[in-house]
Amino acid sequence: MRTNDVMLKTATKVVTFIILMFAVHIFFAGHYTPGGGFVGGLLTASAIVLLMLAYDIETVKKIIPVNYVMLTAIGLLIALSTAAASIFFNVPFFTHAYDYFDLPLFGKTSLHSAALFDLGVYLVVVGVTMTIIQTIGEDE
Amino acid sequence: MSLVFLIFLPLIAALFIPLLFKKLGRIHTGWFVLIVPVILFIYYLTLLPTTLEGGTLVSELSWIPSIDLAIVAYIDGLSLLFSLLISGIGALVVLYSIFYLDKKREQLHNFYVYLLMFMTAMLGVVQSDHLISLYLFWELTSISSFLLIGYWYTRDRSRFGALKSMMITVFGGLMMLGGFVLLSIMGNTYSIRELIAQAPELAGHDFFVWALVLILLGAFTKSAQFPFYIWLPDAMEAPTPVSAYLHSATMVKAGLYLVARFTPIFAVSGTWIWLVTGVGLFTLFWGSFFALKQKDLKGILAFSTVSQLGLIMSLLGASAMGFHVENAAETVFKYAGFAAIFHLVNHAVFKGSLFMIAGIVDHETGTRDIRKLGGLMSLMPISFTIAMIGSFSMAGIPLFGGFLSKEMFLTAMLAITEFDLFSMDVWGLLFPVVAWIASVFTFIYSFYFVFHTFAGKHKPEELPKQAHEAPIGMLISPAILAVLVVAIFFVPNFVGKWIVNPAVAAIQPFLYDSPSDVHVHVAAWHGAITPELAMTIGIFLIGGLMFWTLRKWQRSYDAFPDKVSLNRLYDHFMYMSDGGANRFSAVYMTGFIRSYLVYMFGFFFLIVLSTLFLNEAFAFDLTNLAPIGFYEIVIALALVGGTITILAAKSRLTAIIALGAVGYSVALFFVIFRAPDLALTQLVIETISVALFLLAFYHLPKSSKKEERIGFKVGNGLIALGVGATMTLVALSAHSQKILPSISEYYKETVYSEAGGGNIVNVILVDYRGFDTLFEITVLGIAGIAIITMIKLRLTKKEGQHENK
Repeated sequence: MRTNDVMLKTATKVVTFIILMFAVHIFFAGHYTPGGGFVGGLLTASAIVLLMLAYDIETVKKIIPVNYVMLTAIGLLIALSTAAASIFFNVPFFTHAYDYFDLPLFGKTSLHSAALFDLGVYLVVVGVTMTIIQTIGEDE
Repeated sequence: MSLVFLIFLPLIAALFIPLLFKKLGRIHTGWFVLIVPVILFIYYLTLLPTTLEGGTLVSELSWIPSIDLAIVAYIDGLSLLFSLLISGIGALVVLYSIFYLDKKREQLHNFYVYLLMFMTAMLGVVQSDHLISLYLFWELTSISSFLLIGYWYTRDRSRFGALKSMMITVFGGLMMLGGFVLLSIMGNTYSIRELIAQAPELAGHDFFVWALVLILLGAFTKSAQFPFYIWLPDAMEAPTPVSAYLHSATMVKAGLYLVARFTPIFAVSGTWIWLVTGVGLFTLFWGSFFALKQKDLKGILAFSTVSQLGLIMSLLGASAMGFHVENAAETVFKYAGFAAIFHLVNHAVFKGSLFMIAGIVDHETGTRDIRKLGGLMSLMPISFTIAMIGSFSMAGIPLFGGFLSKEMFLTAMLAITEFDLFSMDVWGLLFPVVAWIASVFTFIYSFYFVFHTFAGKHKPEELPKQAHEAPIGMLISPAILAVLVVAIFFVPNFVGKWIVNPAVAAIQPFLYDSPSDVHVHVAAWHGAITPELAMTIGIFLIGGLMFWTLRKWQRSYDAFPDKVSLNRLYDHFMYMSDGGANRFSAVYMTGFIRSYLVYMFGFFFLIVLSTLFLNEAFAFDLTNLAPIGFYEIVIALALVGGTITILAAKSRLTAIIALGAVGYSVALFFVIFRAPDLALTQLVIETISVALFLLAFYHLPKSSKKEERIGFKVGNGLIALGVGATMTLVALSAHSQKILPSISEYYKETVYSEAGGGNIVNVILVDYRGFDTLFEITVLGIAGIAIITMIKLRLTKKEGQHENK
């Protein structure tokens, strides 16, 4: 299906970034407003899928040279170690910690270990979705 | 230094082995490994003075306190003796393996990791005071033995032997676990020391005999007693250092350790004495008798090990008799326990050296077939000397350690005839008779092993390699052991005092309060012709005569049919269970996704519906309903329309797009019902899955055969209806009755104060039910890997002979 679709390609160049920015926003907003790692990951994946539709898998692989299997593994590791970290503080497995900090530029910000766990979820979702799509897409 | 830490020292060292192998491949990895058992051996030596006084050491690592699970390292005479054997023989075996295994051709990192793993496991077995941790280490020895036997995993025989040993020893391990659980219920503790302390109360318990038999099953399988010994000859596929270490000196003695350790608890029982002594003696006879049938050097040694283990087992059984005899510490009944431990030490020493020699012969001539060997005496003089020392010790000839323990064994067996409990007075005579016959065969196979290899005619044309003496490094370990064999003969009471007595005191606390109470004087000459000496001389005469004529009668072994043997039984059992399981799963695993969906949906609606009606949970209540709005009707119509389109669609493309439409309609429902999180997720998911479907769509075959049979369609229709009806009923019932208050109130209250978040849905995902999410992403990861393998495997299969038919 390699048609030289100028409109799709041009729109994709802009839309992809909008989706990606939105994905990042959704990811960070998750704890207080709708969103989270899972949706964020899916949005990111959909942005990449859009790129793949507009161009082709080989081109996208050159643009984003990421090993998605590795990404999945890293995500799982982050999630697991966030959960496991609590046992070093002598609290039950999976106890989260959070506090509020005054950061430059951001002002009063809450930092939550759940965000780290969510980052793991995000990476796994992106990794697995893209692994599946890439593997099936590359087949034959 | 913490004793528990020392148990795990080899395992910790194992972590670095692959790295050392990769980065410092020039140096044989074994040199690094060697440090570990040497450190352990030296450290355990420093503990000898403690146990000499009858002292004990305990160190505890709490593992899961809530279920009272701890790793307790307990050092007394018995466990220290075994620890010394494990680390001492371990060091020698590692040294030997450095020259036996080539650093360029062999996968040393695997080998040494398994070996160190085994070391930890074995130390754990003999030092654990906690029943459950003992069991865990016990199974770990089985697993590491499995890995080591299967080390040359490309060979069929290796894999077969590995599996066989695993099946039998793990079966025994599980039985033993059952016995442990019963014991812990009886004594209300997991600690072996505490169980021993309440031994008299345990004896009357209903479970007592059950626990006894189950624990013995564990010990008999591990120590290769009849009829479970069949795994040991097949385990000889392991590299020879492993055979010398696991399958003669240490692991197979774990069963003996177990019996010794539990003797204080079970000695009161006649069943125990009969089983342990009887099975041990029979194994002794069986193993020594069939050792002569073997043609493989290691096969002879394997059967000889089986037989010697039986010997020690029977002595341990006899040592329990001391419990029933008045003032046994002063009578002939004191010998059995001492002889058991003494022979255990002797056996570890001489059998270790013999295995190493068998390995050297194999290494230098290229074969282990005793029919091809012969006349190596002049070519390999040092190996011959060592082999002779080991064999003569095994045969019980004076000037070698084995003579002393062998004679003490005969003394102990003769003592049984004086035992008048548990109908032993009727059968007691059988014991010395069987022991004597078995000893004759032991004598013959010892000679068979050494003289048919080293004496006789040299047959260079039958050997794959030009035979020559082994490199000096390979000879060091067996030479050290051979020196020990001779040394033990000359200073038996030194060995007895420092090593044997503390262990004996641990086995027979009912006889001795401390090791210094054990008054057994070992001597080669008692000043007169004793009955046991007469028996020994008889063994030499008859054994020598029979060895002389061996070639004439050895063929009669062929009369034993191969078809009726324990090995056949095992093969048959494996074949049946394997094939049976395959046939059973082939019945329902058809390979059609449709079948699997039928099972899933079928069970789903059957189970849910029957639960609903059995619990009379169905309710129908139309109060409290919101009015149905215009948008909802439109979306519902679109949903139904989409679903019908999927079913009716002729082309796949239409079906996929219609499926997308259904998904988006559901997302719109979420929007209307104010669930932005769900709506967002659903929208993105739909987008991506439509893209996925389109991708997969390319790979599907062009035309699919439509199944038109009416029965097939009715079946599908029924299941579809059933699932739909079930969901509807569940939804209606769930709405109509509120038995429990909604959990959302709790979430609302705590989401900010406790969890520090604002969005309940997300906080559920990452915090309240974080475990679910953790497992879900794990499953996702597995699914991703599955898809990769599926597609990659399919590709490679196409290249192979499995064409798509």
